[in-house]
Amino acid sequence: MKLYEYAAKEIFSKYDIPIPKSSLVSDVNGAVEAAKQLGDVVLKAQVLTGGRGKAGGIARAKNTTEAKSNAQRILGMEIKGFPVKKLLVEEYRQPLKEMYLGITIDRQAKCPVIMASPSGGIDIEEVAKNSPEKIIKMHVHPLTGLQDYPARALANSLDRNKSPEIIDIIKKLYRVFIDNDCQLAEINPLAETESGIIALDGKMIIDDNALFRHDFKEDDSNSLEEVAKKNGMSYVGLDGDIGCIVNGAGLAMATLDMVTQYGGRPANFMDVRAGANAEQVKTALGIVSSNRSVKAIIINIFGGMTKCDEAARGIIEIFPEIKKPLIVRLSGTNEKEGRAMLGKNGIHMAASTEEAAKGVVELGNPH
Amino acid sequence: MGILINEDTKVIVQGITGKEGALQAKGMIDFGTKIVGGVTPGKGGIEFLKVPVFDSVREAVDMTKPDASVIFVPPQFAADAIFEAADSGIALIVCITEGIPVHDMMRVCAYLKTTSIRLLGPNCPGITVPGVSKIGIMPNPIHMAGNIGVVSRSGTLTYEIVDMLSRNGIGQSASVGIGGDPVNGTSFVDVLKLFEKDPQTHAVVMVGEIGGTEEEESIDFIKGMSKPVITYIVGVSAPPGKTMGHAGAIISMGVGTAAGKIQAFEKAGIIVAGSPSDIVQQIKKMGFS
Repeated sequence: MKLYEYAAKEIFSKYDIPIPKSSLVSDVNGAVEAAKQLGDVVLKAQVLTGGRGKAGGIARAKNTTEAKSNAQRILGMEIKGFPVKKLLVEEYRQPLKEMYLGITIDRQAKCPVIMASPSGGIDIEEVAKNSPEKIIKMHVHPLTGLQDYPARALANSLDRNKSPEIIDIIKKLYRVFIDNDCQLAEINPLAETESGIIALDGKMIIDDNALFRHDFKEDDSNSLEEVAKKNGMSYVGLDGDIGCIVNGAGLAMATLDMVTQYGGRPANFMDVRAGANAEQVKTALGIVSSNRSVKAIIINIFGGMTKCDEAARGIIEIFPEIKKPLIVRLSGTNEKEGRAMLGKNGIHMAASTEEAAKGVVELGNPH
Repeated sequence: MGILINEDTKVIVQGITGKEGALQAKGMIDFGTKIVGGVTPGKGGIEFLKVPVFDSVREAVDMTKPDASVIFVPPQFAADAIFEAADSGIALIVCITEGIPVHDMMRVCAYLKTTSIRLLGPNCPGITVPGVSKIGIMPNPIHMAGNIGVVSRSGTLTYEIVDMLSRNGIGQSASVGIGGDPVNGTSFVDVLKLFEKDPQTHAVVMVGEIGGTEEEESIDFIKGMSKPVITYIVGVSAPPGKTMGHAGAIISMGVGTAAGKIQAFEKAGIIVAGSPSDIVQQIKKMGFS
């Protein structure tokens, strides 16, 4: 789960990581009021995607007139498909130097890794690509936690003169990372200003598997992704027209690959997870078919924990409402029963993943 | 024969009285696995599926002397279950549970590194040695004994491939699912090493997917192997920056794309199959059946 910048900064502030004074607003009047209080400000679109600065979602406003016109422009903007509903109005702090500080998980080393670079800011990805030597990395042992010496080494690499201040921030950010089950906790830029080191931007991604032990509020979004998630399934929207429902992420990816190989374009990835019952399969079919771009649907179930007759029951229940061509492949646990049930209801079946993938592409392009 | 387990391997089931644990324990017993006991805190003393149930792994170990434990407990308690198995002297831990927090797994892996314990998973289907024993959840009827080792990051895709091999008369020495999580106990290379040493294994099928660099890291080892390895990578059609179900299957900053993995394998002269049926064709081409 990605946190908004303002939410990440609220957490930073609880850990005494310095952040600019700010106010979160959702309309133009709010922005003007905040600018009146704070003076020279920056308006920042709150969206869960990167590159908002380059998209025009960040603007400085030296007075309330500028705050008003910029708020009018940014609120209601769409950045990479995300509508801007909230603005963070933040006092402007002139950065003398922009650095990078981030903590993530190194899968290979199986432990947290702290990354720091003296050249931070919006081009950090370029730095990572073109001059990776400018990014210093320090691994942290998960059982002993962060010691002083790696924090000192990182801080010295950023700015020797400000080392104590930076060490303090590194240690606090590490606590943020651990306490909140982060996959990523990032400050970019970590800015040097006249009045000290400060986090000008903040990004946090929380491990979805750990949400049960925290109380982060989920966005009230009714996106298909969210609906699927609430039902214990995993959905990712894509831009094609073949709806896909599969049990298991690996098989789902293989199915999408095969649909693509046969010339089709998947409209989505959907993993109904191991052990899906009739109700879940029915819900999945409802979600996938509600996407208007979908022209045909493939269901691919290899029964292990999931039983084919259960899946068939779910499909049959919702089938009359689905006004789209459908092809189903059932294999594994209770395959015979499942196939017999589908057969009686006149539902199109395939014997293998490849046959189903080929079939659905034909159904989607009836020429 | 086979790797990691044999016909004498004694297994306990942590979470045996739960819905999934009970169902899968029965499946393992039907397959021929020596299930000697189960653990469910609070239910010690009862008998379930004709084996004794204990309150703790320690008691189960004292009474039944198991070689391995298979874990079906819910994700919020799974790391604790792994620590308990490790501290009670279990040598092989197979964790089926999906959805364990990654911070928990970092601590588990760091701890197990100080021991000689092998953890398979989590979020995996386990291991099956056809005709011998099975620890995990792979469907019983799909397997057939033979000489092909299968190692994969996924569950149902592994079933699909194993099933297709068997239907084509190609038997397996063992099928292993290492799990789809970003931080897990056993790597591709760990399993490849076991297959390389196993006299019954003549060739290996390795099924990878987008995300991470584990596939690429196996290249040097594969190049030094005496046995052929056929790889298959899924996620070619996945757009960057999206997580595809498996926590592990995310492409970030251009690292871990299917195209990148396939290219790396091909550059190293390793066979990359284009689909499950192509895996069968490649094996037949090599003269195995």
